Amino acid sequence: MHFGAVRALDGVSLTIRPGECVGLIGHNGAGKSTAVNVINGGLTPTAGTVTYRTTGTGAASARAAGIRSVFQELSLCPNLTVEENLRIPQRDLTGPGWRRRARQRIADALDTVFPGHRLQPRMTVGDLTLAERQMVEIAIGFAEGAVPARLVILDEPTSSLDASIARQLLDHVRDFCNRGGAVIFISHMLGEVFDVATRIDVMKDGRITDSRPRNEFTQQGLIDAMGHVATAPAEARKETSAAERIGDEVLRTDEGLTARRGEIVGLSGLAGHGQAEALARFFLSRSKGRRHARHPEVVFVAGDRGRDGIMPLWSILRNATLTTLPALSRRGIVDREAEDRLGADWKKRIGIRTDNMNNPILSLSGGNQQKVLFARSLASTAPIVVMDDPMRGVDVGTKREAYEMIRAEAAKGRTFLWYSTETEEVCQCDRVFVFRNGRISAELTGDEIDEQHILAASFEMKEPAE
Amino acid sequence: MADTSVNRPSFIALSRRPWFWAWVASAAAYGATLLLIDGGGGIDLIQAALTFAAFSAIVGIGQMFVITLGPGNVDLSIPATMTLAATLSLKFMGGSAGLILPGLVVAVGVGFSAGVANYLLIRMLRIPPIIATLSASFLYQSLAIWSNRGLRIKPPQALSDFTTGTLLGVPNVALVGLAVALAAWVLLERSTFGRWISAFGQNERAARLSGVPVEMVRALTFIGSAVLAGFTGYLLASFSGGAALNMGTEYLLISIAVVVIGGCSIAGGYSNVPGIWGGALFMFLIVSMLNSYGLGAGFRLMITGAIIIGIVAAASGRDPQ
Repeated sequence: MHFGAVRALDGVSLTIRPGECVGLIGHNGAGKSTAVNVINGGLTPTAGTVTYRTTGTGAASARAAGIRSVFQELSLCPNLTVEENLRIPQRDLTGPGWRRRARQRIADALDTVFPGHRLQPRMTVGDLTLAERQMVEIAIGFAEGAVPARLVILDEPTSSLDASIARQLLDHVRDFCNRGGAVIFISHMLGEVFDVATRIDVMKDGRITDSRPRNEFTQQGLIDAMGHVATAPAEARKETSAAERIGDEVLRTDEGLTARRGEIVGLSGLAGHGQAEALARFFLSRSKGRRHARHPEVVFVAGDRGRDGIMPLWSILRNATLTTLPALSRRGIVDREAEDRLGADWKKRIGIRTDNMNNPILSLSGGNQQKVLFARSLASTAPIVVMDDPMRGVDVGTKREAYEMIRAEAAKGRTFLWYSTETEEVCQCDRVFVFRNGRISAELTGDEIDEQHILAASFEMKEPAE
Repeated sequence: MADTSVNRPSFIALSRRPWFWAWVASAAAYGATLLLIDGGGGIDLIQAALTFAAFSAIVGIGQMFVITLGPGNVDLSIPATMTLAATLSLKFMGGSAGLILPGLVVAVGVGFSAGVANYLLIRMLRIPPIIATLSASFLYQSLAIWSNRGLRIKPPQALSDFTTGTLLGVPNVALVGLAVALAAWVLLERSTFGRWISAFGQNERAARLSGVPVEMVRALTFIGSAVLAGFTGYLLASFSGGAALNMGTEYLLISIAVVVIGGCSIAGGYSNVPGIWGGALFMFLIVSMLNSYGLGAGFRLMITGAIIIGIVAAASGRDPQ
């Protein structure tokens, strides 16, 4: 399987039996999403075959074989309700009363996978948070239908879910496999893969390089197998440099969010408790007017790429230079040589996997698109960088590179406001604000920044019993 | 052999340009008309086409920038702005040659004010652009009626001569239209502002979060469209011997049609300037072709509609990548 000059898959052989949960891991652009799209019939392989328990090939027979996909790039229609979105894959929902049946199916699926959820089938998807949309998408994958789900492919299903919801999903996956279903579980969170998979397949450069039952792997072994050299924990370096790096206070918001020059400030708590809104409000209040375009005070790294970041019609290069454009132009005309140089520089610096920066942005894998958004913001001169869960769907190796880059930029005096749904990322920060119900419930510094303290501040202790 | 191997890829590249089909269709309509008229008519037809297409192209370019902003963004006040600018500027000049340039300033000023008013309606009252410009156009049209009172004021003779004259065989208004197109091309393809417009049209929220001053982009785009409409009204009234209250009417449809025929995306974010001229030439040539075949008005409109559908289908059928 190849796209243009890039060979995305090269001799992949994968067999999935009922009751199996295959963890598929690999760094960005290793070919995981492409492999999934070949399995579900979305892409036709240029060589080789895919066999289902039904006869035939292509998307229709994949559907008839009970193969469902839950994508990394959310594929719900935002203008439709939850129940209407179920109708899109389930074509048997026709005739009078289809809404009632759709409502029943999706409500059952949500209740089964995410007990205690607060979603209603009549809610419009566009009004839901990212995490809720992801829950709906997962529930659609497991929902009852004309053909029962036999193989559910989950591509980064937990990337925007907080820990407790993710746990519900993992429990359900285990249960589903025990009842004879099969799951392909793609995740960059190795802990989850270890938790749920019965077998782990490692992909690298379009091949499966390793395939073993889970208990024959160790976490470190997995990271090595993926081909990124694991560096020692960077905690020590952080501690030594923080004191001299951090300067005067540069921002203070109404919520009580503060940050100093050179500081990496984390925003944490359960997903959807007002962190993203606080960041957006802060960004919008500090980025008005024409002067801002040339000398931005604050830049934004989007995590919801489709909604907040990507310009889908443009090339990689144009996407990367959007924020720095005024600095790259003279008398309003873009200096295209300077633009090319900037693009080439950042392609090298953060390793965007493409043979030509003029390729369309959508030719890149999700993680590589995210790198482009990083480049867009970091290439500017803005002293404050706001990041809205920017590591969604980014592999372990790239994450470590990004941590290094963020720390290096902070050392140069930049301030980072970093919202993340992952504790590991939050632990990279110098100071952490935990949000609950739209307000800051705790401010953690130094040794207090760990999973226990964050969880404690995320949950109200006197929660009414449900 | 060597010759074709060089030419073919470049022809394929050319045929993938979004404006390609508008120009092919224009050439075909021109050829089909020539079959019916004598040899000497070819040059006259080209001159007429360039002249009338220039008016459509100038308003079309303004409309193109607005449509690039994305779904729901369209300027429906173009006809009324043209009429109002023409009426007020001709009244101001009163046929006096000394006031030609101040008259131009008046026309452009009227366009500018209309653009600001449109933008304020959109921004302050949060009215969708399509409604804001439509309702504003009733206001502008009423102002024109009120100030005009049914009189037809003649333009200064020198201005009239300029707009109907030619330079080396090329109509002066066509030269003006080409100059506007060139400036628009630089703005769209080479400038920061052009990138901002395209980013706005693809994803307004993402553009805002990337530091694009979206409100400034929206304001300047609507003002620019109205200024070009005012300017066109000034030229058209001078060309046709005076401002008439219905002079802008046909430009509502034409300004949108040339954008669509020219291969710009109606969904926004993706536009081109050569296609506007191609579409403008086509809109004139198709009518003159059907006229020369002696078809009735109703039939002519039907064929025009069918051909526009055909071109848009052909243009959108091609792979955008």
